[in-house]
Amino acid sequence: MQKEEAMKKVLEIIGPFAKNQEALKAASPATRILEDLGVNSARLVDIILAFEDEFSIAVDDEAADKIRTLGDAVDMIVQKTAG
Amino acid sequence: MPDSTRVVITGMGVLAPNAHGLADYETALREGRSGIRYYENLKDLKFGCQVGGIPQGVDELKKTYFSDDLLMAMNSSMTYAGIAALDCWRDAGLPEPGSDNIDWDTGAIIGTGIGGADTMCEVVSPQIMTGNARRLGSSMVEQTMASSVSALVGGLLGLGGQVTTNSSACTTGTEALINAYFHIKEGRSARMLAGGVEGSSHFIWGCFDAMRVLGRAFNDRPESASRPMSASTGGFIPGSGAGILMLESLESARARGAKIYAEVRGGHVNSGGQRGKGSMTSPNPVGVQRCILEALKNAGVQPGEVEVINGHLTGTMADPMEFENWRVALGRTPEDFPQINATKSMIGHALGAAGGLECVAAVLELSHGFVHGSVNCEDLHPALVPYEKRIVRQTIDRETRILAKASFGFGDVNACVFFEKWPN
Repeated sequence: MQKEEAMKKVLEIIGPFAKNQEALKAASPATRILEDLGVNSARLVDIILAFEDEFSIAVDDEAADKIRTLGDAVDMIVQKTAG
Repeated sequence: MPDSTRVVITGMGVLAPNAHGLADYETALREGRSGIRYYENLKDLKFGCQVGGIPQGVDELKKTYFSDDLLMAMNSSMTYAGIAALDCWRDAGLPEPGSDNIDWDTGAIIGTGIGGADTMCEVVSPQIMTGNARRLGSSMVEQTMASSVSALVGGLLGLGGQVTTNSSACTTGTEALINAYFHIKEGRSARMLAGGVEGSSHFIWGCFDAMRVLGRAFNDRPESASRPMSASTGGFIPGSGAGILMLESLESARARGAKIYAEVRGGHVNSGGQRGKGSMTSPNPVGVQRCILEALKNAGVQPGEVEVINGHLTGTMADPMEFENWRVALGRTPEDFPQINATKSMIGHALGAAGGLECVAAVLELSHGFVHGSVNCEDLHPALVPYEKRIVRQTIDRETRILAKASFGFGDVNACVFFEKWPN
């Protein structure tokens, strides 16, 4: 999967959880999910489950814990769907 | 009595099977509009009772109240609680809650009888039992913890006082109001949101259906199914929704120029101990009468001053017992009994929400000068025939000064409160 396509879908999934809609509109790979988008940290669990469903991948706890930015999520998805 | 220890009602919010909002609810009560409907899924599930009361149009309504991220973590009871609480807050004329503001002077006692049974049964149980606990996501605790409804309201409004949930079966909503009354009277908060909430779920209703306490004979005539005080009632009809009231010290209400609906004169909560004629599922009359008498004493109201009773009256064999308990406690005869009505005849028995929904109805009646009629009791229960002239079956205009509200519940628990009209 290309990064652009992954980013589009990541934003669709994270969008409803984002309290800062302005930051969402200006999102880039460097945007931090918790600090910049204002996502409740407890909801990361739901976002990871949604990634698993959307991209048919398995995300273990270790991989999930490494995701801080939108770019981290996109890179993980591209890597897991590559092979 | 100083204004700081007098408690008044300065706002209300209601989401009922037959109406949303105070104006619509008053119209529904005055017109005798039933919110009881037939539900095909109850037939498919082989329930004896296939009718019930569910607030209408909530799927659309909730999108106008809550953000997407909130809605992903809200079951039916939380949704009802949030709508009624926001309506109550706005009706009380308080400022819209901001993302950084905390109101340290306001708390909430929002009760529920059953809580998030829909979430537990429809979402949690299937995933747990198939080894998929990991797939439950993050919001199951907040939707199934007993305090889910008050926690939601506390966050929506930024409340900084005590935020808690009480639970005492069908007494819950009225108990919440009385607890909030004492809380303010003791000076612990200037304001408390108080009331009851119950979600809509066949998992809740099925357990009552199994007890054979729900009416089964009117599935083809849902609007006639809830029949308090009727000879032909076969049990109560389950309902749901939320009724929440803003209780406030008179001192605080006056200081901010709030409109006042009524004064909470006083009340009492007790239990019959499940002794004598009382049990887990039946009230001990000694306990009920004592509750009424203690409530009178607390309120400083004489038995002869009670003009109207908004009854608990569910449409079960307990209805005649309720009349007898009031008659003995107030020292009345059937002829000079207070006028009495049953809000459940239109909305069903909303369990933990019943007291909240019915306290809102009672305060509307008191403040707007009417007593709503009880529908579906054309054929009075034989034991109630002597009271016929005191049972309000058609809505009447009436300026009432003292109105009583009582609720009773499984566990042999009782709550009784007296409201006084506020002289505007």
